[in-house]
Amino acid sequence: MLHLTYLIILLPLVGFGILLAAGRRLGDPAAGWLATIAVGASFVVSVGVYLSLLGVDAPVRSYGQNLWTWIPVDRLQVHAGLYVDPLSMTMVLFITGISSLIHLYSIGYMKGDKDFPKFFLYMNLFVASMLILVLGSNLLVTFVGWEGVGTCSYWLVSFWFTRDSAASAGKKAFVYNRIGDVGFLLAIFLVWSKVHTFDYQAIFANIDKIGSANITAICLLLLVGVMGKSAQIPLFPWLADAMEGPTPVSALIHAATMVTAGVYLLCRVNPLLHASPSAELTIAIVGAATAFVAATIACAQQDIKKVLAYSTVSQLGYMFLAIGCGAYTAAIFLMVAHAFFKGLLFLGAGSVIHGLHDEQDLKRMGNLRAYLPITFITFAIGWLCIAAVPPLSGFWAKGDILDNTWAAHPALWAVGIVTAALTAYYMSRLTGLAFFGKDRWAGADGGPTPDAAYAHHADGHSSEPHESPWIMTVPLWILSFFAAVAGVMAISGSRFSLANWVDPVFGANLFHNNLSSSALWVLAVVDGVVAVLFVLIGLRLWSTRSERPALEASFLRGAWYINELYDTVFGRPSERLAAFCADVVDPKIIDGAVNGVAGAFRGSGSLLRRTQTGYVRNYLVGIMFGAVVILGFMLTRMWWG
Amino acid sequence: MTAVTFPYLTSLVLVPAVGAAVVAIVPKKAVATWFHEALGIVVTVVTLAVAAAVLVVFKSGVGSYQMVSDHNWATGLGIHWSLGIDGISLFLVVLTAVLFPLTMLGARARRDTRSFVAWVLLLESACMGSFVSLDLILFFLFFELTLVPSYFLIGGWGFARRGYAAIKFFVYTFAGSAFLLVGIVAIAFIHQSQTGVLTFELPALMHTHLSGTEGVLLFCAFTAAFAVKAPIFPFHTWSPDAYSEAPTAGAILLVAIMAKLGTYGIIRFDLNLFPQASRTLAPILLTLATIGIVYGALVACAQRDLKRLLAYSSLAQIGFIALGTFALNSQGLSGGVLQMVNHGLVIATLFILVGWIYERRRTWQIGSLKGLQSPAPVLAGVFTLAMMASIGVPGLNGFVGEFLILIGTFVAHRWWAVVATAGVVIAAVYLLWGYQQVFHGEPTEEDAATADLTINQRLIVAPLIVLIVLLGVFPKPVLDRITPSVNRLVIHVDQVTNTPVPADLRPAVAAKAPCSLNGVHVSCSVLASVSPGAPTALKGASK
Repeated sequence: MLHLTYLIILLPLVGFGILLAAGRRLGDPAAGWLATIAVGASFVVSVGVYLSLLGVDAPVRSYGQNLWTWIPVDRLQVHAGLYVDPLSMTMVLFITGISSLIHLYSIGYMKGDKDFPKFFLYMNLFVASMLILVLGSNLLVTFVGWEGVGTCSYWLVSFWFTRDSAASAGKKAFVYNRIGDVGFLLAIFLVWSKVHTFDYQAIFANIDKIGSANITAICLLLLVGVMGKSAQIPLFPWLADAMEGPTPVSALIHAATMVTAGVYLLCRVNPLLHASPSAELTIAIVGAATAFVAATIACAQQDIKKVLAYSTVSQLGYMFLAIGCGAYTAAIFLMVAHAFFKGLLFLGAGSVIHGLHDEQDLKRMGNLRAYLPITFITFAIGWLCIAAVPPLSGFWAKGDILDNTWAAHPALWAVGIVTAALTAYYMSRLTGLAFFGKDRWAGADGGPTPDAAYAHHADGHSSEPHESPWIMTVPLWILSFFAAVAGVMAISGSRFSLANWVDPVFGANLFHNNLSSSALWVLAVVDGVVAVLFVLIGLRLWSTRSERPALEASFLRGAWYINELYDTVFGRPSERLAAFCADVVDPKIIDGAVNGVAGAFRGSGSLLRRTQTGYVRNYLVGIMFGAVVILGFMLTRMWWG
Repeated sequence: MTAVTFPYLTSLVLVPAVGAAVVAIVPKKAVATWFHEALGIVVTVVTLAVAAAVLVVFKSGVGSYQMVSDHNWATGLGIHWSLGIDGISLFLVVLTAVLFPLTMLGARARRDTRSFVAWVLLLESACMGSFVSLDLILFFLFFELTLVPSYFLIGGWGFARRGYAAIKFFVYTFAGSAFLLVGIVAIAFIHQSQTGVLTFELPALMHTHLSGTEGVLLFCAFTAAFAVKAPIFPFHTWSPDAYSEAPTAGAILLVAIMAKLGTYGIIRFDLNLFPQASRTLAPILLTLATIGIVYGALVACAQRDLKRLLAYSSLAQIGFIALGTFALNSQGLSGGVLQMVNHGLVIATLFILVGWIYERRRTWQIGSLKGLQSPAPVLAGVFTLAMMASIGVPGLNGFVGEFLILIGTFVAHRWWAVVATAGVVIAAVYLLWGYQQVFHGEPTEEDAATADLTINQRLIVAPLIVLIVLLGVFPKPVLDRITPSVNRLVIHVDQVTNTPVPADLRPAVAAKAPCSLNGVHVSCSVLASVSPGAPTALKGASK
């Protein structure tokens, strides 16, 4: 059923269409169920396509489908084409799978919101865009999805738009992504100017025509695009603000799928990266730096979602580190595992926020394991996964990346292992603050409950934290199962082996670390010990006390003051420049010159006095102009004729 | 060879003109109050039907002029009633035909509807005439004729500073036109001195041999008029005043259609008549276009008034069109032509919406509006869509044009494209900022009482939305009609300027177009003249 590939995209798009036309009539919860079914059906088709793809022999395991000619101008021909291979199929499977679960969860989470149908409208459009992104057979179709997810992210982050912070966060996310898009677009232009095609396979076939300097330029320009979408240094600050969106959005868009688009894109263009070692090194350094910086910031955040946001940035940094080393499979492994455990953590956080009536401050939580048992158990699995405690998936995925980094760039491995320690620490801090220690939540001591102005569940719960309904806990169970066992993909030779499945896509471009098995054992033990040690340290420190100012430096709480820096260096000067153009250049200089010329003519003839009709006079001005020009023209003809 | 029997193009010009005359003649007292408006709408709809017929009859894949009608008009002066349409003008004609009825419906006059409707119809006739004229004098007449109704529309139905805005608009554009008239006369005389024939017909004049200096001077004379009309930086300062003081209908027609007269004029006349000068001066025009893109966006960022914000965003958009034009290749020019249509649709939608916001709130100060998305979600949704199209989000029409323009420019003049691409970031900044101020946030009591779009208003914007999406998803039918004409023009420019084009970028040529289609011998001579030997011979002659 490979020829049904287009259905994978079409189904959520149909859901979007129906919700656009009749969302309000369907209402709560029918609109949510419709959206969930649309995405679920897309997942079912994906599985079908996957099984068909398995039936194709490994070396040529791919399928292309051209739907229509999109932009045809002479030699520039862009087709709306899809391309299925193990790489895009892996993406499609986890995107549709996790999206289905998060849609289901959202039916519970968004219950009672006045814009309930609109939420699912955007979510379905998002899923369709994300699928376009990964299934596109050429750079431009990928770009359609790329922008589509960005636009949906804008709508969903500013979903509660009456809140100024949400509205600003949506805008910020969009603008940062746009900055990245400039890089992506220029890369597309450069590719086309060299090979006159946008099609991935055709580009790779003609890679010799591009030239090595241009390949490096293309890779670095794509990297700029990726920095925006996947929140890497220096374009990462938007992701923390994006937490203003409803929590299922954070789980789906800002953890599991959209932000990994950059990882996918770089894996997709692996032949280009392979041809440019300097671009690879740059990617590795950017990834390692981002992983470290974001992890340090996560150590000091107080908002549960912001910790997770910076954690996402940090984990994405790992993936880019892997790509920079040429270890594409390792990057995809972590991407998939991360989609499970970070999606799980966000949904768990959502359950906490829901249970506490919109409280996000870790310092006002505590001891929640007593009130939210299911949330706690599932969240704990996610926590130990991301902390890379063996034998959970995070251990295998991160270990795979660190092993390859050790073999490729030992210095970056050091950054990686320090970051791994930080990761175990800050996640344990989060868990300790939220689920252990004393009850600190509002109302625990009879105090006022938090402002519930945006509460979407005015269903008369008491102020005591409450466990979420089944519709929210079922996705938690399913995700925690996959998060726990996703490590089986690391077992080479097994039927679940990720390497067997995607390695052929990368072929000779894939980095093989050739480490001896004893070296691998040592590295694995180091990873495991670091993880366990820092989990214990973090938990020990933060389950007993909630205030340790020495460990929460304001520099880290302020996210290295990066927002302030950008504001000073770019924001305010450009505002001043805009104001200068609008208040001085345009009215005074340019228009001043125009009015000056007009004034000169007005003064030069008594005929041109103020009159009511206005336009006889104007014709005269025109005739005068004309005469001057004719004279001028004749003179020049005489001189040069 | 069947000749076209029905005079489609003449009808396009005459139907609204006759309509205007009838509206003007029928006295107010003789009929019901709604009569003039209803008649106006009927006339524009009939014109739309004619345009639709033109679209159907138009042969795809043909680059030359079609449906040509050529009659001697003032024989002694060599002026012809010569009309023709090709892929470059086709969709501007359709755009005009679509936007006029929607404007009449969506932005009605508050007083003196008879005169209002008459002026609007006259304006439509003049715009149509400008887009289909192949005779330079005829074009000039129509081009100038657009000024009169728009002057009266601004002056008569505009807002507080309408008098100033109208005069400024008129004098500025008319001053530009004076250069154009001189240029037209000059090239006709030069042509006469070379061939002995006095004619103003474009297909003949495009073979005039011009020295480098003559070409540059005439190019400047023509471009002066077009650059003001478009407007291209730095000739734009009339436009924010005119757009913001004009009544909604006037603003829509000025920015969505009349602005295109400028960019269309550059493509149709500058490139055809002065290929060498166009190429020589391209870097200057590209620079002005790029400055316009960045500068327009920057100034838009600092506006506090929705209409002025849109006016400056339009300056940036026109910059894109000019950029694509002077890329002088298939992609850039096709993108430019397409973007004229795209920009027309998008900016018309935005101005209609802003007009409706004004109807409800009596203001378009960004600071006085807040949280409108809560009481008016449909209004907000339509605005968002048009905004996203303007920002260039793929899937909507703006992207296709912008993409073609930028990639065409990138191939020809890389660094201009790089700067222009960076300009798209600023577009997102000011539009999203404006949107946030007006539609997001907690509405005040007054804001909360803002009514959403009525059913009628939804029906008025519906066709615009459909076109915005359709052109974004499936622009092929449009591009298939634009590209052959653009290729013909590109080949003309390349041949005359003797520019070697790398084989992999050479237009795949509209040469398959039958030479004598519709009896247009004109196109034959055009194709014949672009034989490789021609340019050198021209150079020899001019020395």
